[in-house]
Parts: sequence; C-alpha cells; structure tokens
Amino acid sequence: MLELVIISALNGVLYGLLLFLMASGLTVVFSMLGVLNFAHAGFYMLGAFFGFQISKWFGFWWALLLAPIIVGLIGAAVERFALRDIHRSGHVAELLFTFGLAYVIEEVVQIIWGKDPVDYRGPPSLDFPAFSIFSTNYPSYKVFMFAVSVAVFVALLVVIKRSRIGLVVQASLTHPQMVAHLGHNVGLVFTLVFGVGIGLAALAGVIAGPILQTQSNMAASLIALLFVIIVVGGLGSLAGAFVASLLIGLIQTFAVSLDGSLASLFGPLSPDAPQFLIRNIWTVTIAQVAPIIPYALLILVLILRPMGLFGTRET
Amino acid sequence: MTELLSSAPISRVVPWPRLRFYAVWAMVAVVLAAFPSVFTSASSLTTFSLVGTAIIFALSYNILLGQTGLLSFGHAVYYGIGAFFAVHSMNLIPQYGLPVPLPFVPLIGGVAGLLLAILTGWISTRRAGTVFSMISLGIAELAVALALILTDFFGGEDGISTNRTKLPAWFGWHFGPQVQVYYLVAFWVFISALAMYALTRTPLGKICNAVRDNPERVQFVGYDPHVVRYLAFCFAGLFAGIAGALAAISFESANFTDLGWVKSGAVIFSTYIGGTSIFVGPIVGAIFFVYLSLSLSDYTSVWQLYFGLLFILVVRYAPGGIGGTLLMHRMPLRVGRLGGILKTYAIAAIPTLMLVAGFVLAVETIVHHTVNANEDPRIKAFGVSFDASSLVTWMIAVVLMLIGYFVGRLTWQGVTRAWDDARTIASERGIPS
Repeated sequence: MLELVIISALNGVLYGLLLFLMASGLTVVFSMLGVLNFAHAGFYMLGAFFGFQISKWFGFWWALLLAPIIVGLIGAAVERFALRDIHRSGHVAELLFTFGLAYVIEEVVQIIWGKDPVDYRGPPSLDFPAFSIFSTNYPSYKVFMFAVSVAVFVALLVVIKRSRIGLVVQASLTHPQMVAHLGHNVGLVFTLVFGVGIGLAALAGVIAGPILQTQSNMAASLIALLFVIIVVGGLGSLAGAFVASLLIGLIQTFAVSLDGSLASLFGPLSPDAPQFLIRNIWTVTIAQVAPIIPYALLILVLILRPMGLFGTRET
Repeated sequence: MTELLSSAPISRVVPWPRLRFYAVWAMVAVVLAAFPSVFTSASSLTTFSLVGTAIIFALSYNILLGQTGLLSFGHAVYYGIGAFFAVHSMNLIPQYGLPVPLPFVPLIGGVAGLLLAILTGWISTRRAGTVFSMISLGIAELAVALALILTDFFGGEDGISTNRTKLPAWFGWHFGPQVQVYYLVAFWVFISALAMYALTRTPLGKICNAVRDNPERVQFVGYDPHVVRYLAFCFAGLFAGIAGALAAISFESANFTDLGWVKSGAVIFSTYIGGTSIFVGPIVGAIFFVYLSLSLSDYTSVWQLYFGLLFILVVRYAPGGIGGTLLMHRMPLRVGRLGGILKTYAIAAIPTLMLVAGFVLAVETIVHHTVNANEDPRIKAFGVSFDASSLVTWMIAVVLMLIGYFVGRLTWQGVTRAWDDARTIASERGIPS
C-alpha cells in the first residue's frame, strides 16, 4: 500500500508538472491577450511529433533543444499574422479561429505521421533505473523530466519576478494601454509571450512524448483538462495554475490505481432492486470514473468558489 | 463593415412585411411536400433526413451563437441525449404497449434535451464569453466520459439500436418506407424552423440580442442577463434534442459519438460558415456542410483538412459567413456599384483560384508521399490526374502558388478600392452600410 502511495504520488506530481508547463502558457496568454488558445494542446502535440522526428534524425538532445524553438516560432507567427487581426472581430472570432487551428493541426499531424502511435523513445543514455522503492524501479528518464520541469518553473519565476521584461509582462497583464504609453512595444511583448507559452507547451510535448503515447489524438482530450486547470486555479493566476495542475495530476494518478465502487462499499444490489438502465452506477470503480473527476471538480469550483482557488476576479 | 453587419439585430436585416412572411413559409411547406415526387430515390430521401436534422441542429445552435453570443463547444450533448431518449422510448413503447406513435418521439427527445439544459444551464450561463465556452467544453467531456461508463443506458462503444416500425401505426403509417420517414422529418423541420424563427421575433429573442451586444445596458433596463442567457440555453437544448431524436429515428440507433466532440465541432463549423447574423444562415451552412462531407470525400482523402482551412479562412476574412457576406452586398446594390464590385471579384478570382489550385496540388502530393507512399504515383484528386513523384508537379504547384499570391494581392487591392468607393457614396447619400 505504501509503495503504491509513494509511486502514485511521484507519478502524480510529475504529471502535474507537465500539465503546469502547458497551463502556465495558456493562463498567461489568456490574461494578457484575452485569448483562450484552443490550439494550445495542439501545439503540445506538435512538440511531441517534432521531438519524435528530430530525435529520429539527430538524436534526442537536439530534439529537446530545437522542437520547442521551432514550435514556439510557429506560435509567434500565428499570433503576429492571424490572431492580431482577428482580435478586432471580438473574442468569439478569436476562439473560433484557434478552434479551427486545433482541428487543422490534428489533421496535418494525421496526414504526416498517421493515426497510429509513433515509436518515440527517450535517449538511450537515460535508459537505466535511477533508484528503487521497495520493488519498483523508478526510471531515470522520469527523474530527468522532473528536473526539466522544475528548472523551467524556476526560470519562469525568476524571469517574471526579477527581470525587466518580466516587469513589463506583469504590467501588460493588467494595464496594456499604460505600458504602451510608457513607450514599450506591447505588441512585441504579446507576440513574445505567446511564442514562449507555445514553446513551453511544445517542451512538455517533447519530454512527455516518450512516456505518454505520441499519437494524433493526444491533444483533443487534453485541452479540456487544461481549461479545467486554469478555471480551478483562477483565471490569470500562475500560482493557481500550479496548484491546480498538481491537484489534477495527483487526483488522476491516484484515482486510476483505486478499485473501490459503491457495490464494494455497500455490497451488491439486491436482485429485486431495479436492474434497468442505471445499475452501472452501483458497479463502476473509482478507476473507471477517473476521467470525469476533473470535470466534476470544475463544476464544484464554479458553484462554491467562482473565482477559482487563487483568482481575484470571478469567472 | 462586416463587424457592423454581424452584430446587427436580425429584425433590421430582414424587414418582412406580413404577407411576404406567410408566402415564404407557405412556399417552404409546398417545396417540402413536393420534394419526394421530384427526388424519388430512397438515397436522396435519406440525404434529406440527414440535411433536415442538421438544419434543426444548426438553427438551435444559432440561438446560442448568433442570437445570444454564446459560443458553446458542447452543444452535441443535448443532441445526443435527445437521440438516446428517443431510442430508449422507441424500445420501451412497444414493450409496454403504450399508445404513442412515432411522430411524437421527437418531442420526447426534445424534452430530454430541455431537461438536461435546465440542469446544466444555470451554472454554465452565469458568465458569457470565454468562461461559458470553457464550461461547455468541460460538460461535454463529462458527458462523453459518463456515456462510456454508464453502458446500460448508452450502450458503450456500440451504442443502442432500435426498430422504428414496431411502434403503433399512425393513420396506417408504420414508417418502414423511406418516404414516410421523410415526411416525418420534413414535418418536424418545418415546425421547428418556424418555432425558432418565431422565437427570434418575440421579446425574449430581442432581449437575447441585447444581452449579446451589451449585457450591462440590459441590466440597467432591468433584465438579468444570466436569466436571459439561461432561457436561450434551454430553448437551444430543446431543439437540439428534437434534432437528435430525428437522427435516431432515421438511423434507428444512437451512439456515444452523437454527444461527442466531432458532432459539436460539425455544428460550430456549419453554423458559422453559413452565417450567424441572419436566420437562414445556419440552414445554408447545414446544407453546405452535409453536401461537402458527403461529396468531398469522393474527391480527396483529406477533405477534413480542407474543411478546417476553409473554416479558418471564413473566420479570418468573412466573419459574416455565407449569409452575412451576401447580405453585405445590399449596400453597393442600393448605390448602384454592385456591378463594379462584381467585376473586381471576377478579376481577383483568377489568381486566387491559381493559388488554391497550387496549394491543393502541393497538399495532395504530400499526402501521397506520407499516407500512400507505396502506391502508384500517378494519382487523381478532384478529377485531375497527375504524377505525384515528378519534379514538374512540384514546380507547377510552387509557380501557381507564387503567381497566385502576388498577383492576387494586387487584384484584391482593387476589390478594396471598389468597396471604399461604394462606401463613400453610401455615406454621402446617408444610406446605412
């Protein structure tokens, strides 16, 4: 039991960190530009596939370096040449545009790499067990993922809190007009932030690809989860996104390893109870309902605390 | 310009005198009644059932998107729940010998959609805009996940099937032959479209427009935007449920994909491409979408890609959709500049088509090399044969795209100039654009 708890906690925190790599870009872009980027998970998927392709050609370490940069540049180009003009048509048009973009990215990935999962592996130099807990070997690749995520998190924190560009970004979050009047190029800051946010998502894709499956449907289910994270954490709050990412990561990981059900709690339904249509509720296990827990959490948060865990404004 | 139009209230766009109103709806009824005598084949009647349900579904979606300004990513949930309730009631009615004939089953689906919307709507319509969209997506994911868990009700991956002919006969009709199903669908399409049109004319419909355009002022007038959005949401759920039930009747089955992602995406595409600013927009969009999805797949294997790109282009360059773009041309027509504008279109069309042809050629060639790499390189797309492995093909594609792009830019400047002219004249004469 203890073994299960420790391994699940490690995996959960790791998954949460990956989620945060994506959610951080999404939530910052949302509070700065007011754009909810539906294609964010699509760029994560592009990162994974670019990582796969580059690591096939040049090796994993090049992929780790190049894929986020390339995808980030694509993201910056999308902001500069499309989103900026669509901004004038209002939020609905922007959201629809990124929705269409997510759809096109999925189609393009399917055309180039097919619908089946690709054989994306981590570097052979990390292919050994780092340490073992009880009887389980913990792969060193996962330790490496930990290190990358934490490093990015710390770097992000330092840049935002300590550097000049971080100050401008923080100011543009709340007072873009004032920042522009002070002589800063807010448009450039927006493009930069968008590109970096996309690059972080792509980085998550590159390092998560070998562990999770690299497949053309990996984005579609993820984007809703990211929305849950930024709503639960509070819109525009990086700290909230961090906590919510870890929370969702842990919940998801623990739920799939638990096996209880209403039937195991109260005993099976008596044979003369109504057997019609809804008896499943009695027998589904916690592992089976794992996918719905985040959305149930979303609805609970919206009812009980609409501004999210760390948000200042009501959603 | 387009922005103004897309936010213009429905009523100003279509100033129907009474008589024309009755004439149009009577004409629609006659066309619907006469359709099977013109298109007698069962396949065209099946296609109509498909189109008809898509029309109701798109119109119901436009209550949210066009009228109230709510962009929902999970509208198929209400469609799907309507379909499942219809299928289950079609199974239960003969089993318990209830005296409910088939034409009333869509009502059951509609009520199911309505009840679900009543349940989920209150939380999700608290806020409009982006937050609403996110919550609708969350609810959609929740519904799909639940559908795969509650296998007794939703039938798991296989879905639930039924037999529509087992229900009590309705004036001798058992709805076995396709033509009888056609009339059932046509009847419900007519009733639903009429009801939804009427809804846009009621005070509720007007206040929905107001909530879309300026919720703060609506609050000052004394209405609660939340309640207005909630009511619109419930109506949308009702008609989506009817559409789902009709689909279940024509396919005699329901599947968890009915409430899933693909279905929600399809209704967003068809409604927006058709145009959200006028009532017939979603109808045009639904016909267009069903037609393209049925016919494009014969021409190319990657039609979804083209469809996605088309959608992006519409969002980027023609936010009014097909309907809104057509309506936009009433202004130049009134100032007598439509001919000039159409001429610039015709000129701009040539390089634009070259650009498109070059792009399609490039895409099809790439598709050949990635998807069917081991097959014969002489491929055929859109009825044109070419050799995908030859350098000439690549050259042609690149040249077409380059010429199309640079010449196209020049010709589109001509279009802009013609529009500016027309706009200047219109503002001189005081004609609203």
